[in-house]
Amino acid sequence: MDTMTTILQPDHATIPGVSKPVKSRAARRVHGLSDRAIAWLFVAPTIALLLAINIFPLIWMIRLSFTNLNLSMSYLPLRFVGLDNFRDILTDEDVWFRLQTTAQFVISSVALQVVVGFGLALLINRQFRGHSFWTTIILLPMMLSPAVVGNFWTLLLQPQIGPFNYLISLFTGVPTSSFSMTGQVSLAPWTIVLVDTWMWAPYVMLICLAGLRSIPDYIYEAAEVDRASPWRQFWSITLPMTVPFLMLAVLFRAIENFKMFDMVNLLTSGGPGSTTELVSISLKRAAFEKWRTGYSSALAIILFVTVFGAANIYVKTLNKVKQR
Amino acid sequence: MSGSAVARNGVTRSGAARWFRRGPWEAIAMTLIGGGIIMLVQPWSIDLYSYSFVTILAGTVGFVIVSHFPE
Repeated sequence: MDTMTTILQPDHATIPGVSKPVKSRAARRVHGLSDRAIAWLFVAPTIALLLAINIFPLIWMIRLSFTNLNLSMSYLPLRFVGLDNFRDILTDEDVWFRLQTTAQFVISSVALQVVVGFGLALLINRQFRGHSFWTTIILLPMMLSPAVVGNFWTLLLQPQIGPFNYLISLFTGVPTSSFSMTGQVSLAPWTIVLVDTWMWAPYVMLICLAGLRSIPDYIYEAAEVDRASPWRQFWSITLPMTVPFLMLAVLFRAIENFKMFDMVNLLTSGGPGSTTELVSISLKRAAFEKWRTGYSSALAIILFVTVFGAANIYVKTLNKVKQR
Repeated sequence: MSGSAVARNGVTRSGAARWFRRGPWEAIAMTLIGGGIIMLVQPWSIDLYSYSFVTILAGTVGFVIVSHFPE
């Protein structure tokens, strides 16, 4: 006899020729639970993990931000200082300058990424030989880890042995060792903008490409019937219909760049001096070099609320684009 | 008509529903967030910088609340 027909539950009436599926122990245990309860059972481990590694540290950080905790002097009693840490940060000119540096970095790199990304999207949107190959090549930097990007650009930008200085020297005649992209005050901010643009312009390209592909062909056909020039088609059709997608890319990249830490830390570590010290690097220094835990927790909360607020606007824009 | 208004589809709306619509309140909250971020990073006035966090916080908390208002 077939296995399926031999294993039958003895306490159930059996229909000749029809077998019942065997219930496992686990299945029998959940028997009687509602669908909702079973759903909760599956989701519970994830929620527990989320609470343990996200929500609990956040609540702990909020608590610490109201204290004077300094981990290098942890033997001192923990004292509640109210809003003093927030007051210190919001009247500290150094933090203010670091936020301005961050804003300059965000504005420059996002603007460059949008221009380069949109240009690449316009190129890739045309059908040509090797189209898929070039798309893959362009997308490669985006797939790399920021740690890898930071390390290999550090090598590329080495004044003595790096190929970047060699190329500049080849075209301009300036000696290779006469300038350092990461070590000079005037060049270091542009270096991080350059590397970030190299890495993330393909992402902007992808979003713009989605926008360009969503424009129906008949609009261009109608424009051609009306004898509109390609330039006019670009300004009256392509650009206006891609703007929501561009907005999405700008918001996303702005939020990501505001939090930027890893790549800049590897490339310049905030130097020379504090020229490229973004607010995230200041936060790391306050927390793990000066060990001002209470103060750095308050700064982290200020950054968190800022990013959370910007993310709300991002989600709202995303929903508008989806409805389009 | 003091406490109610007739909406476009003919349904009468109460005063509260007329006032607590999501759209305009969300726009106000988003303006507060955006304004707060500009205050945080602008290079001109440290006073504006000092009040930036409160502005962003008000906008963010406001946004969370008003996003539960009816459309």
